Parts: sequence; structure tokens; C-alpha cells
Amino acid sequence: MTLQIHQQVDARGLSCPMPIVKTAQAFKAVPSGALIEVLATDPGSVKDFAAWSRTTGHELIEQTADGGVYRFVLRRK
Amino acid sequence: MTTTTLERPLKTTSASPLPLPAPEIEGAVKTKELVIVNWSGELDKVWPVLILSSTAAASGVRCRVFVTFWGLLPFVTDQKRIVGDNWMQKMLTLMQRPGIDHLKLSKMNFLGMGPWMMGTLRRQYGVASPRELLEAATAMGVEFIPCQMTMDMFGLKREDLIDEMGEPAGAATAIEIMTEADASLFI
Repeated sequence: MTLQIHQQVDARGLSCPMPIVKTAQAFKAVPSGALIEVLATDPGSVKDFAAWSRTTGHELIEQTADGGVYRFVLRRK
Repeated sequence: MTTTTLERPLKTTSASPLPLPAPEIEGAVKTKELVIVNWSGELDKVWPVLILSSTAAASGVRCRVFVTFWGLLPFVTDQKRIVGDNWMQKMLTLMQRPGIDHLKLSKMNFLGMGPWMMGTLRRQYGVASPRELLEAATAMGVEFIPCQMTMDMFGLKREDLIDEMGEPAGAATAIEIMTEADASLFI
């Protein structure tokens, strides 16, 4: 089953805290329940997106790593 | 040897003259709050202030930054180079150029060599600059509160500061917001 991604955030090459900041800005523009896919290369983002998901309540539903690129799928609460 | 008994007011739990705080509405979740006192004005301290405040706002945490003493100079607009009314105030900004792009390092500044190297490393590693972070922070609703006393002492007027700054306030405001917040930092 493929997920219906509402919007993609390309944070590759960006360092902390910009992947989170850009994702938060993207979340403001999408409706509740929408899925956002984030691509990042910052290794710190693995722990950071998990923490951000706990703080905000936006669910982290998928997380993969492929050749130094981290992919996160989050659902807006 | 004599012992003196200190008279202490009796602790009573009943008949408080102060009105009790309104009972919290069940189910309502209080927004988490972070307060940062930004006093140093140095690159290696203003940078983390901007990283933490923008991340707080991105995480749905209300963030207020009380900007005081040296910390106020980075928030002077780009249009101003020398600010102040008298020669002493003018000397301050002559020696320490104000504005978000002209921050010095607290250590290893080496007449600007340190900040230049930091800028080069920053670009190499895709780290956002203080200016970019300040723009992100204000766009996401971080409130920056300038200290009125510092403004007076440095000869800074409201129009000398960036438009995004809030209403100037004093120490009592800082104490109020710090004690109400879930976390407060002095950087």
C-alpha cells in the first residue's frame, strides 16, 4: 500500500534546526490528517523528528534510511 | 549562652486573603512555554538562542525572548550603524557594530578571523545563519521583548530596533514570564 503524501519537504543538505523548522512551516499549510514526507541528510534528524513528534503530537508513521538520506512520514494531528 | 527564638509568622492554610487561581478546565492542555533571556550579544550565544527559540516555535512551544544588555545590539536594524545620543553611547556601537550580521565570538574572535571562519564552516555544513534563524523565528511567532532600561542606557529608540521586536518591558516582566514558563534560560 502506498501512502498518500500531501506534501514533501526537501531538507537535504540542511543542518539542525532547519529540517524541523521547514517541516513545521509546511505543517501549517496542510489540513489535519495530511501526510508530509521529509527528506533529510542530517543524522541528528533521526532523534530530532522522534522528539518533535512527541512534543507536537504529530504522528511519525514511517522512517527509513537509504544511502545517507533519511525519510520521515508524519501525519498532522 | 542564650538562645533567641525568632518569631515566625504562623503558616495557615485557611482563610487566604489572596484569590485562588481559577480551576483548570478539565481536558484543556496548557501550551508549553520557554523563556530565554538573551543578554550576551555574542555570535556563539545568540546563535543557540535563535536555534532554540525557532525550534521551540516549530514544536508548538510558546517562546518569548527577553533581550537585554549586549543582547540588544544584534537587534538594531541594518540601516543603523552608530546609535545613541551622547558620545559614550555612540562609542559603544562604534566599537561593537550592531546588527545580526556583525556578531563577535566570545572566544577566538581574532579581530574577526574567528567569525569569518565560522561563516565559512556554516556554509560548508548547511547550517542556517543567525539572520535566517531570526527570520524563521519571527515568522513562526517567537516574541522578542526589548529591555527598556538597556534601550535608555544605550540611547536606543524603538525605531533603531527591527520591526519584529515587541513592546519594551522591564525586569518585573522578565520575572513574571520566567516564573510562569516551563523552562527559562539565561544565555
